[in-house]
Amino acid sequence: MKQTWWKILCVVILLYTIIQGLAGVIPRQPILNETLRNVYFHVPLWFGMMTLMIASAWFAIKYLREGKAEYDEYSSEFANTAMLYGVLGFVTGAVWGKYTWGDPLPKDPKLIAVEVGLLIYAAYFILRSSFEDEQKKGRLSAVYNIFAFAAFMPLVWILPRLTDSLHPGNGGNPAFGKYDMDNHVRMVFYPAIIGWTLLGVWITSLRIRLRIIKRLKAQ
Amino acid sequence: MQEIRALIEKEIRLEWRQKYALNGMLLYIISTVFVCYMSFLKVKTIDPITWNTLFWIILLFTAVNSITKSFTQEGAGRQLYYYTLASPQGIILSKIIYNTILMIVLALVGFLIYVTMLGNPVSNMGMYIVSIILGAIGFATTLTMVAGIASKAENTSTLMAILSFPIILPMLLMVIKLSKNAMDGLGWNTSTDEIATLLGIDAIVLSISYLLFPYLWRS
Repeated sequence: MKQTWWKILCVVILLYTIIQGLAGVIPRQPILNETLRNVYFHVPLWFGMMTLMIASAWFAIKYLREGKAEYDEYSSEFANTAMLYGVLGFVTGAVWGKYTWGDPLPKDPKLIAVEVGLLIYAAYFILRSSFEDEQKKGRLSAVYNIFAFAAFMPLVWILPRLTDSLHPGNGGNPAFGKYDMDNHVRMVFYPAIIGWTLLGVWITSLRIRLRIIKRLKAQ
Repeated sequence: MQEIRALIEKEIRLEWRQKYALNGMLLYIISTVFVCYMSFLKVKTIDPITWNTLFWIILLFTAVNSITKSFTQEGAGRQLYYYTLASPQGIILSKIIYNTILMIVLALVGFLIYVTMLGNPVSNMGMYIVSIILGAIGFATTLTMVAGIASKAENTSTLMAILSFPIILPMLLMVIKLSKNAMDGLGWNTSTDEIATLLGIDAIVLSISYLLFPYLWRS
């Protein structure tokens, strides 16, 4: 591959994030204490998951418009990585919740939204596996992908605003940016978002290439 | 417009000819309510929240069961025939409208039976009826599209449940909240938020179904 610069960037950013996350300086905050380090992992994983979901829905739309088999592969692999990120974000969130809220799985609208999202993508993969015909599989799963995305987005963005949430920035809680993050944390947090997203795209691109090789071999 | 009206008439006539399907659904909802009634026999008064949630879960299962057949009851040959006659937009809109009417009828009948058997703790009846109608519209629009996807696969009934439950959740949560407000006898102005959100979700789902169904229909 000619374009390796973003992979190098990804590795450098993630190394920086991990070193800062484990050994960097963190502002002292009540309740949060050292758990604020998780902000470098948990939050960027969500941002990454959102980006990957949007990419998956985008390629589903492209597949329906142009009908190229690659787009279907892109779409399903982006969904796959989004699901991996979703599970990772869920686990890091549960660890964080245990030490700050005293409960790994409180009934929080954001948690509900993510659980629903994971269910949707699990159903998407079941749907995919129940078709033999490649074209039918591609078209129907693309339709479901877009449909589910359109039904899921209101849940993520509207529900937390209607009911109370423990998360910062919702239900009267101050957003993180205002009080908890000093400039040093921001210096790590913003690159971390880019780094984790790039890693997601990288994993996806590797898997897509693997699938294309398999498909070409089968032909 | 005329096409849609003709198609709806066709659906109603079909339903009327095979009365066993309609009667079956009515009996389904009656016996489910009866099972709940028997299960709560020892309990003097059911907790209002349980009462409300139970009702919506019964409705959800009735909706999934009755809408699943909207694409499977007609054979592949006849569907091909419709394909040559009508536009896909006309077909999906007519199916959605027909299912909405069916769901409203089923939900209201179900509510009547539910109230007679399990008591009536609702204080703002008008708003509760509105929430039932909004819920019926939402269930019908979402499930019709999912039924279209699931009908193309082998294991239709399993797929129907796993594909639709996560998508329908935002709607279900909103409608439960709205009907809980109605039970508590809160005024209309406290629930405008919920009603607006429900209508918004309905609009999103409807427009997405309208746009995506042509791709589904083609296969």
